[in-house]
Amino acid sequence: MTSTITPDTSATAVISVEEQQFNDLIEADSRIEPRDWMPEGYRKSLVRQISQHAHSEIIGMQPESNWITRAPSLKRKAILIAKVQDEAGHGLYLYSAAQTLGATRDDMTDALIAGKARYSSIFNYPTPSWADMGSIGWLVDGAAICNQVPLCRASYGPYGRAMVRICKEESFHQRQGFEILLELMAGTEEQRQMAQDSVNRWYWPALMMFGPPDDDSPNSAQSMAWKIKRHSNDELRQRFVNMLVPQAAVLGVTLPDPDLHFNEETQQWDLGVIDWTEFHEVLAGRGPNNAQRLQRRRDAHDEGAWVREAAVAYARKQSARTEEMAAS
Amino acid sequence: MTTPGDSAAEIWPLWEVFVRSNRGLSHVHVGSLHAPDETLAVRNARDLYTRRSEGVSVWVVPAAAITTSDPDAKGAFFESPAGKNYRHASYYSKSEGVKHL
Repeated sequence: MTSTITPDTSATAVISVEEQQFNDLIEADSRIEPRDWMPEGYRKSLVRQISQHAHSEIIGMQPESNWITRAPSLKRKAILIAKVQDEAGHGLYLYSAAQTLGATRDDMTDALIAGKARYSSIFNYPTPSWADMGSIGWLVDGAAICNQVPLCRASYGPYGRAMVRICKEESFHQRQGFEILLELMAGTEEQRQMAQDSVNRWYWPALMMFGPPDDDSPNSAQSMAWKIKRHSNDELRQRFVNMLVPQAAVLGVTLPDPDLHFNEETQQWDLGVIDWTEFHEVLAGRGPNNAQRLQRRRDAHDEGAWVREAAVAYARKQSARTEEMAAS
Repeated sequence: MTTPGDSAAEIWPLWEVFVRSNRGLSHVHVGSLHAPDETLAVRNARDLYTRRSEGVSVWVVPAAAITTSDPDAKGAFFESPAGKNYRHASYYSKSEGVKHL
């Protein structure tokens, strides 16, 4: 059997038994588990994707935690705290999944705070109004769900299982965001304006969350051959817009794309041109809040250093005491 | 391959988490976490894996303490049951139609 997932291997080259086993598992749509043999490229690619995903969840706590102290009611405050706690949890599921590939938590954290690791560029946008809590839930978490549901079937077992848990929790996030916007849209003229203004600011960045267009996405083909990724960026983006249009009608908000129109032929919503310069600028660290987000993560890491050190010292003391008692 | 979590570069070890969702059911593996000792591992497991009443009991086990079968020997190691379908009730078809069997 010639393999489609190792294009650099010539047809005559001998594939090792392990590699053949790996190829067969991928081919059969089965799962790869932590102690299985896997190509170095597969491992690297997964560590990169899972750790970037984990960093996004952790940095993603910041734009929302910003509103915890100013939530308009006790109920909304409790909901927002629960949501931000979920994001922390998602980051932790994912870091653990990356650790099963041999990555260490400390290395991943160091890469993030040193500014060497990437996270989703969406979290570099500011949240100046309460309506942004609604837009983040509806648009940002909505786009995340669209991206993540297919990842539940990713070929690497621990990643897929983490995604199943995450997706279950994200649906609460999306609905609570939708509800915030719905309530604002049923409010005063000023509140409706606040909701619309927020949707205007988040719509395009949310569409950019699916990544660059297919003809400019270098890692996609390999990732799809390995069945880590199941659909292309443009395919998922289209699916998302098709879902958004009727939802926007329920809310009574306008999507800020004058070229958005229904294509009778394809039965899809055709969208206008995305400003990819903005995407690349934010990715390159020149977004509105990049520096602030990283600085805050760095400060939290430094301020928590004594807690980590104390916990390790205590654990060492306890295990020494247990050994002593066992010896006597 | 090194055991996940068993690394000098890692200050806190990796733990595997098992949750019993209800009395009468087994503990089932739900994922891993990172903690300095067993006490904190149990507390972290509660916060991380049971925020929506998913469980009534939690086990944590250091990932490095788990012994597994060799994944490469998959075929040979689990070969023994092959061809022994007489170990299943469905092998015995002559009693079909007889009640309470």
